Amino acid sequence: MFIKVAGEKKEYPEGLTVKELIEKEDVETPQYVTVTINDEFVESGAFETTEVKDGDEIEFLYFMGGGAR
Amino acid sequence: MKLYIKKSDYNTILAHCTAGLPNESCGLLAGTKEGEEITVTKVYLLTNVDASREHFSMDPKEQLAALKDARANGYKIIGNFHSHPESPSRPSEEDKRLAFDPTIEYLILSLMEEGNPVLKAFGIDKEKNVTIHEIEITE
Repeated sequence: MFIKVAGEKKEYPEGLTVKELIEKEDVETPQYVTVTINDEFVESGAFETTEVKDGDEIEFLYFMGGGAR
Repeated sequence: MKLYIKKSDYNTILAHCTAGLPNESCGLLAGTKEGEEITVTKVYLLTNVDASREHFSMDPKEQLAALKDARANGYKIIGNFHSHPESPSRPSEEDKRLAFDPTIEYLILSLMEEGNPVLKAFGIDKEKNVTIHEIEITE
């Protein structure tokens, strides 16, 4: 199947989960990454069970925050 | 590393952060990176969902919208900014701990001294080492 990851077209086998995609894409500090599929946010608890489908567009967003102390 | 930002974009950041007082404000920067030179081409003003004077978290939906807009215009998200209403322009321990992307610039605008805003840019690597980067405000 063909999917778009961060705007780039890529080929992956069918049945790939979000968790597996994160691993294959070498996403750093994945525990702080939010994932969207076709602009829908995927709950982090569902990474292992959510499968990516042909034509999906996936984005990885780093949590961005901080504080003054 | 040197960051170039237009005066109008700097003023946009300053106005956003001033309007957000007493809370911290935040946003994203799109642009280009060529060698040691980074040029800001667009500023995205985001909501600090913490609505706090000592913390900020960006709204992920606004983050996604900015990312897609930047890409549609041929740019990348090259950095973010936030304000320190009551402290100097330097990454706090929390800023460093929560800096998860070592490839982007972290800009901090201090508003602690009225009438004397101070904007600085930093790189924060995986080991949380901080490097200060020069900023040139262009016309």
